[in-house]
Amino acid sequence: MYVAVKGGEAAIANAHSLLADRRRGDRSVPALRLDQIVEQLALGVDRVMSEGSLYDRELAALAIVQARGDMIEAIFLVRAYRTTLPRFGYTRPIDTSAMLVERRVSATYKDLPGGQLLGPTFDYTHRLLDPELAAGADVAEPLQRAGEAEPMPRVSAILAREGLIEPDGDMPGDHIPGDITREPLEFPMARDIRLQALSRGDEGFLLALGYSTQRGYARNHPFVGEIRIGEVELELDVPELPFAVPLGTVRVTECQMVNQFKGSAKAPPQFTRGYGLVFGQSERKAMAMALCDRALRASELGEDIVAAAQDEEFVISHSDNVQATGFVEHLKLPHYVDFQAELDLVRRMRAEYEARENPAKTEEKREAAE
Amino acid sequence: MRGQEARDQAERKAAMATLAQSSGDDIVRLWNEAGLPSQAEMLRGPETGLVTLRGRIGGGGAPFNVGEATVTRATVRLPSGQVGHCYALGRDKQKAKLAAIADALWQDPARRAEVETRLIAPLRSALTVAREKRRAETAATKVDFFTMVRGED
Repeated sequence: MYVAVKGGEAAIANAHSLLADRRRGDRSVPALRLDQIVEQLALGVDRVMSEGSLYDRELAALAIVQARGDMIEAIFLVRAYRTTLPRFGYTRPIDTSAMLVERRVSATYKDLPGGQLLGPTFDYTHRLLDPELAAGADVAEPLQRAGEAEPMPRVSAILAREGLIEPDGDMPGDHIPGDITREPLEFPMARDIRLQALSRGDEGFLLALGYSTQRGYARNHPFVGEIRIGEVELELDVPELPFAVPLGTVRVTECQMVNQFKGSAKAPPQFTRGYGLVFGQSERKAMAMALCDRALRASELGEDIVAAAQDEEFVISHSDNVQATGFVEHLKLPHYVDFQAELDLVRRMRAEYEARENPAKTEEKREAAE
Repeated sequence: MRGQEARDQAERKAAMATLAQSSGDDIVRLWNEAGLPSQAEMLRGPETGLVTLRGRIGGGGAPFNVGEATVTRATVRLPSGQVGHCYALGRDKQKAKLAAIADALWQDPARRAEVETRLIAPLRSALTVAREKRRAETAATKVDFFTMVRGED
């Protein structure tokens, strides 16, 4: 028999209006506008776009406000919104070598074509809280430096000229890129599907796994070959036009991780690679993604699988924070009937235990009862 | 494809790229200043949907799906018969509609020069200025290495 219990509608409605009140906070403080969040909390917006897997700044900003700044809740909102829209198609693959670069650094080459461009980085700041920022001081315009735009080939292309590094990852010629938003996850999975899952994966989870590889759990001696951040153009093939239609530009972060050698009977030793590509300005995530991508190539490269970061099913099954929070947080929802059944079970087990450990006493009890 | 046709397609695509990258506010302002006609029959949309962005493994390898982006599209027909399209990132329906009309007007030989000079050219130059400013700001953060000689020779 299944007994449904109803109730709580008024409590739920009141809780939601209380949430709306607390979200707004002190009414004497001006309400946040979305453009303020887009402009001034841009990296938080980028994280919500990346893990929400939807590039739309205003929607990500709305999600952040609606979630009171709870990033995983905001990511959840964005994911839910995605499912309400039709899909027009798959873009042509972006060309990161044609990026309008806003930051580009390499830890492997000092003098590379196009140079090292620090861009708007936290690196080399002193991490001291800035009271002037709290006081709302004016900010000076950044300096400009004139000069011709230099081409900026990817660092991997420089190493590739000498044959010292493996080529960009290829799939068999007839391979159609997998899409985890259309098909359920299956293991083992191809690298293209893994990369899609990693690109929307939780930054904290991937960061911890990437860190674990550096500390010796699946160590593979990484160097940052290159990180580049900037805008790339998008194009979409549509039946109504004889050319790919230009959609505008998006900002992405790309990380090329260069790792230690792999040789075989057929090929001489060469550097191997891990790749990271994420929405927005998010180099921590792109680096963590690249470390995880490389670790997850263990079986492809004939390495022993000895650590969590190399275990594809473990990593990919647990990298999605919307799934993770759904399953963890569902524990707080009413489980009254399940728990009643467990209570009943533990009482019976205790009775059996008593009977076994102390038969005389149980006998006495029964007689007394009779 | 004949040379002229290829050039026309490249120019049309470049105009569409400029419209897609420009803000809806800028398009509306220039549209009104130029007094361009906004009368058109809506054949489709404006409607918002998603595209899935693709990257390449290692930057240049096999394609993979990265994530989605919002795109708004519109298709219009002018009273004179030309059909215009727009696809642009974001959810700005007014922009998509005007950009589709601009694409249709662009295909009308009698209107093309006006659309190019009054709408596309100023949008393009604003985008170029913004892009060059950004490039110059980034260039100011370029590291100039120098070598220090230590000790006595």
